[in-house]
Amino acid sequence: MMFAAAAAGLIIPMLMALVRGLAGPTLYDRVLAGNSFGTKTVLLIAVLGFIGGRPDFLDIALLYALMNFIGTIAILKFFRYRNLGVADSPDSKNGGTA
Amino acid sequence: MEMIIDLASWAFLLAGIFFIFTGTLGMLRLPDFYTRLHAAGITDTLGTELMLIAMMLQAGWSIVTVKLLMISLFIFFTSPTATHALANAANAVGLRPFGVPEADLRPKKTEEA
Repeated sequence: MMFAAAAAGLIIPMLMALVRGLAGPTLYDRVLAGNSFGTKTVLLIAVLGFIGGRPDFLDIALLYALMNFIGTIAILKFFRYRNLGVADSPDSKNGGTA
Repeated sequence: MEMIIDLASWAFLLAGIFFIFTGTLGMLRLPDFYTRLHAAGITDTLGTELMLIAMMLQAGWSIVTVKLLMISLFIFFTSPTATHALANAANAVGLRPFGVPEADLRPKKTEEA
């Protein structure tokens, strides 16, 4: 019952983060909303793991936290340098660091 | 003893939900990107930590608590880093804080790097 309350208490801020994501004037508001939504998803996965009695959900939650962080940094780098500096990709000028 | 743990985890959980809610509310209502970033960055990390502590209390001494500790340590270090990266990226592009006169933002002659 307690984790049902936790899950409910997480859904509402997630929707609010989506509203900021859609309404956000600048790109960085949207990236912030995405990052915040991802952090809450990590918590929601952990809570659902507790509700469903599945301890292996916590591995998924940890992985999701990793991906969320890397995704945020990748988005920022892409919009800063117009390319991710991936080696020998057509748009990375010198193929190495931007 | 069982009662105390349940009560403590309830308290942590409600505090966590409160901070997550206020962080997201701040993210919605504050006028400027940097104020939203400030609101979301601080309270999100705190709210997440509190809820993870609540779950650790419920899980007791088990592998689940170790996993929860790993998640909370990871979020403890990367959430501020992501917030800094966001602020740095926005500042580098020229997004200036709301209502701060441009003169104050330019570094003084002495600090010219």
